Amino acid sequence: MIRVVLPTHLRTLARVDGELQLRVDGPVTQRSVLDAVEANFPVLSGTIRDHVTHRRRSFVRFYACEQDLSHEVPDAPLPDAVATGDEPFLVVGAMAGG
Amino acid sequence: MTGVRVLVGTRKGAFVLSSNAKRERWDISGPHFAGWQIYHLKGSPADPNRLYASQSSGWFGQLIQRSNDGGKTWEAVGNKFAYDGIAGTHQWYDGTQHPWEFARVWHLEPSLTDPDTVYAGVEDAALFRSTDGGSTWKELSGLRGHNSGPRWQPGAGGMCLHTIVLDPSNPERIFVAISAAGAFRTDDAGKTWRPINRGLRSQGIPDPNAEVGHCVHRIAMHPSRPGVLFMQKHWDVMRSDDAGDSWREVSGNLPTDFGFPVAVHAHEPETVYVVPIKSDSEHYPPDGKLRVYRSRTGGTEWEALTKGLPQSDCYVNVLRDAMDIDSLDSCGVYFGTTGGQVYASADSGDSWAPIVRDLPAVLSVEVQTLT
Repeated sequence: MIRVVLPTHLRTLARVDGELQLRVDGPVTQRSVLDAVEANFPVLSGTIRDHVTHRRRSFVRFYACEQDLSHEVPDAPLPDAVATGDEPFLVVGAMAGG
Repeated sequence: MTGVRVLVGTRKGAFVLSSNAKRERWDISGPHFAGWQIYHLKGSPADPNRLYASQSSGWFGQLIQRSNDGGKTWEAVGNKFAYDGIAGTHQWYDGTQHPWEFARVWHLEPSLTDPDTVYAGVEDAALFRSTDGGSTWKELSGLRGHNSGPRWQPGAGGMCLHTIVLDPSNPERIFVAISAAGAFRTDDAGKTWRPINRGLRSQGIPDPNAEVGHCVHRIAMHPSRPGVLFMQKHWDVMRSDDAGDSWREVSGNLPTDFGFPVAVHAHEPETVYVVPIKSDSEHYPPDGKLRVYRSRTGGTEWEALTKGLPQSDCYVNVLRDAMDIDSLDSCGVYFGTTGGQVYASADSGDSWAPIVRDLPAVLSVEVQTLT
């Protein structure tokens, strides 16, 4: 199972506590993980990436294994530790005042 | 039980303020959607327990929330606002053409007759409609497709469609206003639109009398006289007696004719309220005195309403969607400030008192009269 950590506001929207545990079929990439997030929690569609273009929203970041993966292409494989469930995939609201 | 529900959208959540018909003691619930900007929330005239809210943030984008129990509980509904067809371009600040890009929903206007039908005014300026309670949204693209569309350009606050007025006597007629394009009207339920800006005069644009390009801030109508419209423009308070075909200035003796909201009394169609603001760069009341101005003559002659409002050192603003009225026998008037106060008057504006003083900056105030 893939572990996904959401920021507080998105956990509230999805009505979940703690990490998500998601099944991802096929290669584990940003795209496949986010597809699984949105399939399980449709309310999150459009909040992490654009509905149509699927581009990451500007103030959302993706981290894993102490790396910033925000600028990786969506179909790049995520680190093995994410694919095995040893490490979570972090969706983070960027630090920006307000 | 007769009462009033005041729906308040703020920079950091929504609040629901409730009272009986005396409007002396208020229950306050919230924040709902804590931490999110609530540009607007409004109830259905056809079912007062059906509410819609626009919830957004710079991080996570746009959501629409719906309540079926007067704001006690909410559920997120559809948030996909896709422009119809090829989005096209409009004029950008530097004069170049810029793609139409959805940013947020500024205003939600529920149908007068169907709780599941609701209109959304969005930035970049467009009008959307849902007929399934907000689950799905479809653009009424005839508006953006008007041949002036490529000449529309954003005001300082973005290119937003912020005002939607439905004609209670004609379901085919809708008025909208866009900053900074102006006012538009459809007479065929949104298929085609035409600018209704004749008589507006704006010094800040190359042709002060242009067909489009005016920064209209807000339009108000009394339901018994849908052909009479009142407008607070960037500067100037205006009036139309022919459903927007022509406008004349009714600023009269106002201390400044800049401002954002305008509202009409529930029972007196010639009684109008505005909140004068010092200038377009000084968004606070002149002389540090928070004054609502009331005209009982449909404009031109205005009186300051000050009882209960701060008359020194007050430097808040009142935004375009942040004023409304109730329809109880003694008409109530309400407005919220960027300082987080919501003021109410239960006597048509003669005297005021704060319902609540310390909310986040108030973006919108909508009032439901419950019977």
